[in-house]
Amino acid sequence: MTPTTVQYKYKEGNLSRSVPNKLRPENLRSEEMIVNLGPQHPSTHGVLRLEVLLDGEIVQEVVPHIGYLHRCFEKHAENLPFNQIIPFVDRLDYVASMNNEHAYAMGVERMLGIADQIPKRVEYIRVLVAELNRIASHFIAIGTYGMDIGAFTPFFWVMRDREHILRLLEWASGARLLYNYIWIGGLFYDLPVGFEDRCREFVQYIKPKLQELDNVLLQNKIFVDRTANVGVLPLDLAINAGVTGPVLRGSGLRYDLRRVDGYSVYPELEFDIPVGEGKMGKVGDCWDRTSVRYQELHESLRIIEQCLAQLTGDHKRSRDFDPQALVPKKIRPKAQDFYVRAEIPKGELGFFFRTDGRNDVPVRCKCRSCSFVNLSVLPEISKGVLIADLIAIIGSIDVVMGEVDR
Amino acid sequence: MTLDTIVSILKGALGEITLQPDTHATPQALIVDRAQILSVCKTVHQHPELYFDMLSCVTGLDNGPQTNTMEVIYNLYSIPYNLHLMLKVVLPREQLEIDSVASVWRTADWLEREVFDMYGIHFTNHPDLRRILMPADWEGYPLRKDYQNPQYYRDIKIEY
Repeated sequence: MTPTTVQYKYKEGNLSRSVPNKLRPENLRSEEMIVNLGPQHPSTHGVLRLEVLLDGEIVQEVVPHIGYLHRCFEKHAENLPFNQIIPFVDRLDYVASMNNEHAYAMGVERMLGIADQIPKRVEYIRVLVAELNRIASHFIAIGTYGMDIGAFTPFFWVMRDREHILRLLEWASGARLLYNYIWIGGLFYDLPVGFEDRCREFVQYIKPKLQELDNVLLQNKIFVDRTANVGVLPLDLAINAGVTGPVLRGSGLRYDLRRVDGYSVYPELEFDIPVGEGKMGKVGDCWDRTSVRYQELHESLRIIEQCLAQLTGDHKRSRDFDPQALVPKKIRPKAQDFYVRAEIPKGELGFFFRTDGRNDVPVRCKCRSCSFVNLSVLPEISKGVLIADLIAIIGSIDVVMGEVDR
Repeated sequence: MTLDTIVSILKGALGEITLQPDTHATPQALIVDRAQILSVCKTVHQHPELYFDMLSCVTGLDNGPQTNTMEVIYNLYSIPYNLHLMLKVVLPREQLEIDSVASVWRTADWLEREVFDMYGIHFTNHPDLRRILMPADWEGYPLRKDYQNPQYYRDIKIEY
């Protein structure tokens, strides 16, 4: 090996330069020990590293370490025009890209002042694909959660059913996961011919499967015993910690931005907001959070059915419909600060923009990610639990590290 | 509720403080003096007519070496009254220090750590101010406008 190919020069000091742990061994009492979970442990849902202070099997303290998947989204966004940021937005919460795009496109449209001119058909298609993606995301959440605590079968069932959704979305956009389908001012393309029929078939197919999922997982005695009364998140702590999405609703607050803000065509659609009721244990435990996600699957199916009725009824496809008609040639919002938020499957996704009115690129594009904030409550609710329950709590928060680290 | 009402409530509770409305912001924004941010946050959090119980977002922002200022922007939301409020604090680049609001909202803990990580703004009385996304020994603050990409990290050449 020639000297030019050496990538790493070993120096003694390199090992002590960074301080990877917060807890120091010399400060421990004799019965305590530090256990490192992750970043490669399968039940930490990606590259999440937890530094756990244990007393026997009891968790005394958890220190999450994140940033292993940091991809400099905000720095990239400061150097790209608004429309070119959309593929980066896809990669935030990469199991629910449509929802991310919807939030982002909505924000830029509001800044441009064209939000109320978007055709109804475009809005219904956006909501349709976003809700399909929400189902896919909740499938992953519920399926991997079951696998975390030992139920293997439901994972395969939901992955099989999720594949139907991904094929539908691939048919519409050309990509399985990272779509770049919702554009600022419109859509990449109209729905393919026959999409509505296939989507209806899917809805009919999936309904009995959800019942099976309920029977095999949520009502399962083993699952209930592992999740009920575990990781109880009281409502006041949930609000104070900024938690949103199914985790907040699991704690009993009927708070869903689709209803609260009523963006897009959600005010015209009928759906309920499920909240945790403490059926199996205390309100706000792991079972409640999973149950909220499960009930949201049914609500999303209701929304999809209504969207399909609209897309084949009042807003059916026509020859002269151009989903790109309103897509601006130059996206240059006037100078302003703007905060937009929307409900993605994990909670409130927010974007803060600052524009100077002279450039096509934002001066600042900050992403308020819900997984990041939801994860920050983990040390609070996992004090004094067993280490096996810690795994159950992480799974019930449903973090996607792509969104935590951005 | 209009911004004027919020301003009058704040002035009633805190006496004469400088609050400057910002017209180019959505939701409505107030520019707050650096020394008063903690008392303003406490008031809007606890006042029975405002009750901003959720801190949505803390944004750091660099205006560049020419302007020589940085900003910290707080997005608040009141669940019971459905109110939005944006608070802005402008800091000179020579003195990047501001009171932490983590004692008011727990959300601020990680959000402020991220601002510290990316901009080097120091939050006094923060419970645990460490880097969060970047490695602990990373040099410089990546989202500053005058940030230079490093050539080496731990003697490993970084290729772009």
